[in-house]
This record gives sequence, structure tokens and C-alpha cells, in this order.
Amino acid sequence: MSEAGAGRSSGEILIKGARILGGEPQDILLKDGRIAGIGSGLAGSPGAEVVDAANLIALPGLVDLHTHLREPGREDAETVASGTAAAALGGYTVVHAMANTSPVADTAGVVEQVWRLGRQAGHCDVQPVGAVTVGLNGTHLAELGAMADSAAGVRVFSDDGRCVSDAVLMRRALEYVKAFDGVVAQHAQEPRLTEGAQLNEGRMSAELGLAGWPAVAEEAIIARDCLLAAHVGSRLHVCHVSTAGSVEIVRWAKSKGWQVTCEVTPHHLILTDELAASYDPIYKVNPPLRTADDVRALREALADGTIDAVATDHAPHPVEDKETEWAAAAMGMIGLETALSVVQHAMVDTGLLDWAGVADRMAYRPAVIGRLDGHSESPGQPLRVGAPASLTLYDPSVSRPVDPGEMASKSRNTPYAGMVLPGRVVATFLRGRPTVLDGKLTGPVSGAETGESSK
Amino acid sequence: MRRHLISAADLTREDALLILDTADELARVSERSIKKLPTLRGRTVVNLFFEDSTRTRISFEAAAKRLSADVINFSAKGSSVSKGESLKDTALTLEAMGADAVVIRHSASGAPHRLSNWVRGSVVNAGDGTHEHPTQALLDAFTMRRRLGSLEGRCVTIVGDILHSRVARSNVLLLSTLGAKVTLVAPPTLLPVAVDSWPCEVSYDFDEVLPKTDVVMMLRVQRERMNAAYFPTEREYSRRYGLDRERLARMPQDAIVMHPGPMIRGMEIAAEVADSARSTIVEQVANGVTVRMAVLYLLLGGSEPAIGKETE
Repeated sequence: MSEAGAGRSSGEILIKGARILGGEPQDILLKDGRIAGIGSGLAGSPGAEVVDAANLIALPGLVDLHTHLREPGREDAETVASGTAAAALGGYTVVHAMANTSPVADTAGVVEQVWRLGRQAGHCDVQPVGAVTVGLNGTHLAELGAMADSAAGVRVFSDDGRCVSDAVLMRRALEYVKAFDGVVAQHAQEPRLTEGAQLNEGRMSAELGLAGWPAVAEEAIIARDCLLAAHVGSRLHVCHVSTAGSVEIVRWAKSKGWQVTCEVTPHHLILTDELAASYDPIYKVNPPLRTADDVRALREALADGTIDAVATDHAPHPVEDKETEWAAAAMGMIGLETALSVVQHAMVDTGLLDWAGVADRMAYRPAVIGRLDGHSESPGQPLRVGAPASLTLYDPSVSRPVDPGEMASKSRNTPYAGMVLPGRVVATFLRGRPTVLDGKLTGPVSGAETGESSK
Repeated sequence: MRRHLISAADLTREDALLILDTADELARVSERSIKKLPTLRGRTVVNLFFEDSTRTRISFEAAAKRLSADVINFSAKGSSVSKGESLKDTALTLEAMGADAVVIRHSASGAPHRLSNWVRGSVVNAGDGTHEHPTQALLDAFTMRRRLGSLEGRCVTIVGDILHSRVARSNVLLLSTLGAKVTLVAPPTLLPVAVDSWPCEVSYDFDEVLPKTDVVMMLRVQRERMNAAYFPTEREYSRRYGLDRERLARMPQDAIVMHPGPMIRGMEIAAEVADSARSTIVEQVANGVTVRMAVLYLLLGGSEPAIGKETE
């Protein structure tokens, strides 16, 4: 399947025998950045390159709502180029770059810079997230309108890493972003209840003598924010829900018809706080790993749609920030290159979600939450004739031990090293152009991509 | 026994009894005029103290020296550590120097566990954050055994700031391994949320458990807890959870009073109780050296007898 190189010949690509969302094998013809045909025995024009996709599943290009690219400021951990390369290898075509960079993405200037770096790298679209408050300080609203009107067209705003804990400020932010159909993505963490918090408060934190991060600190903020969103008639998105109680609250809010969405990380679908027994900070993350009961509740909520999206919270850190005492270590784990495998393991192989469900939670719904769906060129749309040719070919039949050394991310802080996970991303296409073929990057892309960008 | 002593949970009942029995043997040496044994001659023990603790450090130092080990004291203050060197680099330095055992005191829970990944020698936890202090639990058990005999079925009440106490964690684990019945007494704010998963009972009422207590262990309440709303005032804490003469009188006649130190007289323990004949506080310090000798000997010496025939 290696005949299709980047930028060779007519630009037409014929994918043979792919199982769209796990269905019967069909051919998919990509032309001029769009899906030109879907059917059996399709023939492209003579110059078309052929990609053999026998036994591969075709999914819409994945959309991540929650990625830390670290640039500007911490280029030792990740850059836009390395992070988006990791994203493409993980099957992603869009990542939402979180605002907690240095400087903080709280002005039109910074978000446009990040957006441009993404276009230059060309591995996938970079959709910057704007900070809600200036410097993430939780006191003054950043110029949300300027970021919305910038070339980056920001629609998702978040102080992620910190909670917008002031109720009045949160209310104002929720109200204000209605003017441009934005959404506030809340990092739900009551700060006073989590001072110095290290690990889920429960049996493990008691045993290990690590300061507890109680579930209630997340749930109390989610409950408050749902009520605020309902009161002012705004959209609310909750980042990385991690507890059984959180999904109960979101389920209740949705039952009221309120515009509340939420995401779960791959690691909260598979890992528990028991892993902290090694005191290896590779397992230190915020919100913390929770219990097996929470994992079960999160999987069920993702299956029934209470949880709208899987979002990686890809959080690269250099080795020295993890090779320390637990309390001194940075929080977070990388996840772009393993997300789809973890979702297959936790959700598909367990029968909780089919591939259409995976497409919904990892592409369609994240695209809608980020308001990418209004843009005809944006990835994350269903695979049909006329849609942008952004898709992922995935082989669910293989399995592999995770090798951090093989990853494109500049950082190595994966909690899955050595773990055998199913599946492999074989190819990723962004508006008709392969970013990954045969499981490898098609190479660095020089300059801005030729196709029209989403915005 | 395992190579390291990081948690009291690392010790089986047999391990724990072996340490206590070995300490009993070694205690006889402490009564001689010449206290030194040649057992660990040529071995190097590093005392790696990231937290000030003169008492624990000199206890380990005396223990190692009485076994003829070479002792290196590495205090983090004023060293490369205070200039930002990581625990890992410190560990690699010690490794290069050929430490046979590293005794570590650190403010971060789990630091000894991390250290054990980076050094080949034995790691002995001399107190890590709010996690554990296993040699304190061993010396407490040793002290109890000397006063009361077997710990099987004995009722031990531990009173104070359980939430932040490494001494309490190690004692709950070790004493339950040795068959004692442990009851924790504290205001609910100073107990971990999941304390019900521990092998012990919990009570909020000190007076209720006094009559059936064979050993009461008082823990210090740090002054910084005062400002964090764990309890209203020092006086209220002292009234509800302090050990005064009246409470001491309501315990069985042969019950003993313990405190790992440092204590705040007048807060958790009245001065006259601390100084009474039923208090073992000074004994605990003496026993600390003996028990730490036993631990170092068993981790480093192992197969040979602790006290050579020629010294008998």
C-alpha cells in the first residue's frame, strides 16, 4: 500500500477495499481534497495512486479537543511540529491546542502564531484554544472576542490546568462567548479542596501518604457550572471528567436539555490509582487516576453518549520532570499516539462501542463542540461523497507492545510503555493529502499546505 | 527478608519477629562497657537526610557504628541538593561511592521507593513525608514487647494527627501483623478518608477506649494544622484528645504511655504523664538504636550470627 506518496502525480488517491466504520469493504476515491466517490470497483483516473486498504477500517479523521503542544515556551517538551506529527500518527486530523503556553494564549497574537505554526508543520490542523482569563490568573477575562475574530477563529476557551473557580467570572465567560457561538471548556477543580493534591483521595492516597484529590472537588464545580450554564442559556464543555459522580451530574444536566458536553481521556478509561503504588510519577496526572468503579462508570457513560468525546489531554513533559519524587513531578501523560488503541481496547473490544460510535466520540462530536462543523473544509465530518477527504485507515487486528522510543512526540511520558495494546493507524489523510502512510509520517511538509485551510 | 525496608507492610510476621528477636540479642551488647561489634566492618552506610531530624539520624549513626560500619552523613542542607540536584543524581553519586545501605529521610512520600530504583544497596526508610516510618514502628513494638510480653491480642490506641502521621501508618501495619488490636483516635478531620480500609478500629471518643487500652501512643499535632481548620483551637483539641492525669487514671494499671517525639507538653500530653513511670518515652529512644542495629544487620549481614562467638 505504499504507492501513494505525498504530492506525487495527479493527487487522486483510490483507497481499495476499506471497511468504512467497520462495514463491508468499499473503495474510496479522494480527489481535489474531497471524497469524490464511494463504492465497489471504483476506478480512478489513470494517474490515480492506489492504496490497498484490505481489512482496514476507515474512520473520519480524528479530532482532539484537548492537546498540549507546549509551544511557545516549552519547546524542550513538545513543539507544534512534533506534537502534530504525533497526532497524525495517532490518526488525528485536528488538534485543539491548549492555552497554557508561555506566553499564555490569551491574545489574538499568540493564538494566530500557534495556528500558523500548525499550518506550516502541515501534519494536521491546529485549532488554538484561547485562555478564558488573562494569564490564566482567574481574575480578568482575556480578549475573547479578539481571539474569536482572529485568523485562528477561536471557538473553544479554557484556562485548562486551572479552574475558572470564581463563580461570577465563570458566569460572565459563559455569557460572553455566546456572541460568537463559543464554548467555555472548564477544568473542573475546586482549588481550596485540592491544595497540594497528589492522588485521588481514597484508599490509595491514605495508604501512600499522598495528599488527596477528592472526587467532590471535580463534581462540585461541574454541578455549579451546569447550573450556571442553564441559568444564562450558554454552552458548557467539561474537560476530562474522571469520576462516576461527574458523569451522573452531566447525565442529569443533559436530561434537563441543558447545553452541556464533556470529554474523557483515554487514560481514565483504562488506568486506576492502584498504579501509584510504585510512586512512579509517570502515573501522576490531573485530574488523577481514579478507581476501578470510576473507570467502569466512565466507559458506560462514553458508551451511552453521556460523555460526548474522547480527548487525549496529551501532556508532554521532559524526562527530568518525571524522574523525581512523586510530589515534585509534573502532572500529565502523552496520549495522541495511543488514544485510538486505548479506545479499541477499553470500548470496542469490550463490546461497549462499535466503530460508528468511535467515529462519533472521536471525530463528529468533538468537531461539533469546537464548531468546526460549520466549515466545509474541516475534518471530522462523516465519510460521504463531497465531504473533505480527511480520514484514517486503521488496522484493529494487530497488537503491539508500546515503545516510547518509537514515538514522534518529543516527550516519553507514556504510561503504556511495554503494555500490549491492539490496533495500528496505517494511514491518515488530511483533505486528500496523506500525512501518514504505512504507519509512518509522509515526511516533513515544507511551507503552508496547498489546500484551503478550514478558516 | 526483602532487600529494602521501605514500608512496614514489607515485613511478614516472621520477618518482624526476627528483627525483634535479633534486637533482643543485640540489646545485651548495649549493656556491656564495650558496645561495639565487628559485624558490618568494611560496609558503608549512608545517612541521606533531606529533612532535619537529629534524633533519627544519630540513632541510625550510633546503630551503624556499633556494628563497625563506615558511616557517611549526607545532609541535604548546604549540599548540591539545595542547589537543585535531583534525587536521582544524588542516588547515582551514592551508588558510585559504593554505599551498601542508604538510610533516607525525605519530606516527599515515596522518596525511598524511588531511590530503591536507582541504587543497588539496601534502602532503609527513616521517614518519608506522610507515608511511613517503619523503624519507628519496630522500636515501638520492641518497647511494648519488653514491657508487656507478646503483642498478640493487646489493645494499642494511637491518638492524634493520623492523617499526616507516618508513625501511625507504620504502626497500624506492623502492630496488626504482630496480632495487636489497634484503635485510632482522632477528630474526624485528622483521619484519612479511607481509614476504614486499614486493619484497625477508629474512634472519635478517647474516653470510651481508655478502659480497654494496654498501650496508648500519643502523636504530636503540628502547629501548622491549627490554621487549616482541622480543629477549632489548641485548647479544645487538648481537652478532647490530650492525655492528662485523669485520663491516665482511667486506663488499666499496667497500661503504658508512648510518644515518638518530639512532644508538645501541655498540648497532646501533660508533663506529669510524660514523666510518669508508665511513660516509655526515654526507653523508646534507647531502643531505637538497638532496633536499627537489628535492621541494618539483617539487611546487610544476613546469614552470619549477629554476635560472633568470639565476643560471647
